[in-house]
Amino acid sequence: MTVLSNVGLNIGTCTVSEVGMGISIWQSMQQKGYSRRDFLQLCATAATVAGFAQSGVAQVVSAFEKKERPAVVWMHFQECTCCSESFIRASHPIVVDALLDVLDLNYTETLMAASGFQAEKCLTDTIEKNRGKYIVLVEGSVPTGADGVYCMIGGKTAESILQTVAKDAAAIVAWGSCASNGCVQAAKPNPTGATPIHKLVDKPVINVPGCPPIADVMMGVVTHLLVLGQVPALDSQGRPKEFYGRRVHDTCYRRPNYDAGLFVESFDDENARKGYCLYKMGCRGPVTYNACSVVKWNEGTSYPIQSGHGCIGCSEEGFWDNGPFYQHLASFPGFGIESTADTVGTVVGVATLAGVAAHAVVTNIRKRPVIAEVHTEDQKES
Amino acid sequence: MPMSAPVIGASSGLPAIPKHPVEYVRIYVWELPVRVYHWINAVALVALCITGYLIGAPSSPFYASESYQQYWFGWVRFIHFLCAFVYVFNFLARLYWGFVGNRYSSWHAFFPFTKAQQTEIVDVIKADVLETKLHGPISTGHNALAGLIYFFTFLAFVFQTITGFALYSSMSNSWLPRMFTWIVPLMGGEFGVRFWHHTFMWFFVTFIIIHIYLAFYHDYIEGRGTVSSIIGGWKFEREKSDKKS
Repeated sequence: MTVLSNVGLNIGTCTVSEVGMGISIWQSMQQKGYSRRDFLQLCATAATVAGFAQSGVAQVVSAFEKKERPAVVWMHFQECTCCSESFIRASHPIVVDALLDVLDLNYTETLMAASGFQAEKCLTDTIEKNRGKYIVLVEGSVPTGADGVYCMIGGKTAESILQTVAKDAAAIVAWGSCASNGCVQAAKPNPTGATPIHKLVDKPVINVPGCPPIADVMMGVVTHLLVLGQVPALDSQGRPKEFYGRRVHDTCYRRPNYDAGLFVESFDDENARKGYCLYKMGCRGPVTYNACSVVKWNEGTSYPIQSGHGCIGCSEEGFWDNGPFYQHLASFPGFGIESTADTVGTVVGVATLAGVAAHAVVTNIRKRPVIAEVHTEDQKES
Repeated sequence: MPMSAPVIGASSGLPAIPKHPVEYVRIYVWELPVRVYHWINAVALVALCITGYLIGAPSSPFYASESYQQYWFGWVRFIHFLCAFVYVFNFLARLYWGFVGNRYSSWHAFFPFTKAQQTEIVDVIKADVLETKLHGPISTGHNALAGLIYFFTFLAFVFQTITGFALYSSMSNSWLPRMFTWIVPLMGGEFGVRFWHHTFMWFFVTFIIIHIYLAFYHDYIEGRGTVSSIIGGWKFEREKSDKKS
């Protein structure tokens, strides 16, 4: 409740934001009556969430004391708001509280108080006053089909809004699978031409995939940006290495069952009750890069595999097209939904054996004269 | 003369062995490195196909109740990775030998650039595959069609190597697999890489079936010792008919 009340008070009301502009987080907290102790607690938590060592706390303190609160705009395009929902459920309420408080979140359609022209003004004002300094958080993909008419806000297409906002941004974060790789909107046949953010802007984009991404991971990324003022180390797909460096499988608590070859064969069987590996139930853990098995969800309560269901690979590109979810191998294109590469391969293998056998028979019939000829030649030449 | 050379078949009523049998020339075709390559490759490939299939579709052959009691799936994967490394370095050695080996193992055999090779491809298809033409002189080493198909197989080798190392790279800090991480986003994530890596296994299964059959077929039809040549290295050509190389 504290979180939401704070959100309601501080987000998207230009007057409050403008008061806060140009001051540091520490100054802002002092204005609100927080003690130095509260401030240091916040710094320590922020450092932990961003994955710093203990020695990094001093850096956080220094950054929060001196750096101006960065202005942030949170754009919503083709999405379901599950990223926002996830974000406000981060397991460290003090961090959410503080971050939403310390962030100068000037524009976010879902949570802001302002509406209509007032809301649009918040956005344009933020861009004008913070050129090159503000952070853009994008939720949702951008439709490029039919000149972008599938998603329009205030009479402008999502793409034109994105280009305007991205032009002078200090950093761009793509929240969730929609913004990172298109997600369900970009699944075949992708009728709206849904396109991930990194394909539309010529700046580096921090991809935080997942449907939704883990709240604490989102917190970690934001904290990193705020504290160090720089982009975290990214992998080849633009994902922060600290959270997307390992596969769900590598850190899964059921992994020993995988190595032992102990698999759930059906959701109803004894193996499922024993908590064996869900690999044969189509678990995407071995091909999915995310922090689920470490950070977990809902204040570290559980994650899909712990709840007895395989990972569906929601943070991987094109996971909607890699179905069925309960099959380890994708259905082979063009051969029906139930046929895997193995079905097709077996048919090809058997057909080859049959072909070879037929060829052997034909050889013995058609080449009989040749074989006989070789024998008679042998006789003649002798 | 206490011991005279026995005449085989003389007393059994079978036709006597001709006094002057057909003259065969013994040709050393497959040098030792080529034979060693072939058999290492054969063992590795079969092991890779079996373990690869099991990794894709594991069965549960052993009973255990707790995971610490066994590690069989871990071993299957270990054998797969081990064979993959053997297979790759073995393949690289064969590529090297394509430049320093004899004329039969030369890289030229795998590319039908010459008119003679192109004619032979048509010939082999007519004589061996379709059996519409009964006779066809065939090269001593790889025939031109076989050479071309081996070239396609090499491409499949390369594809499996790249995708395999790309899949392996997330479990490894070694530079060799890490060289191929770039392929993962290119194929739409590891799921796609795994899918194609698995699908290409069936290319090798099909190749193995046809390859073994054709080796036996050529041995049977031509009587030149095709099968034994990959063990001892020698093939035999009738002196008269050895017009082509």
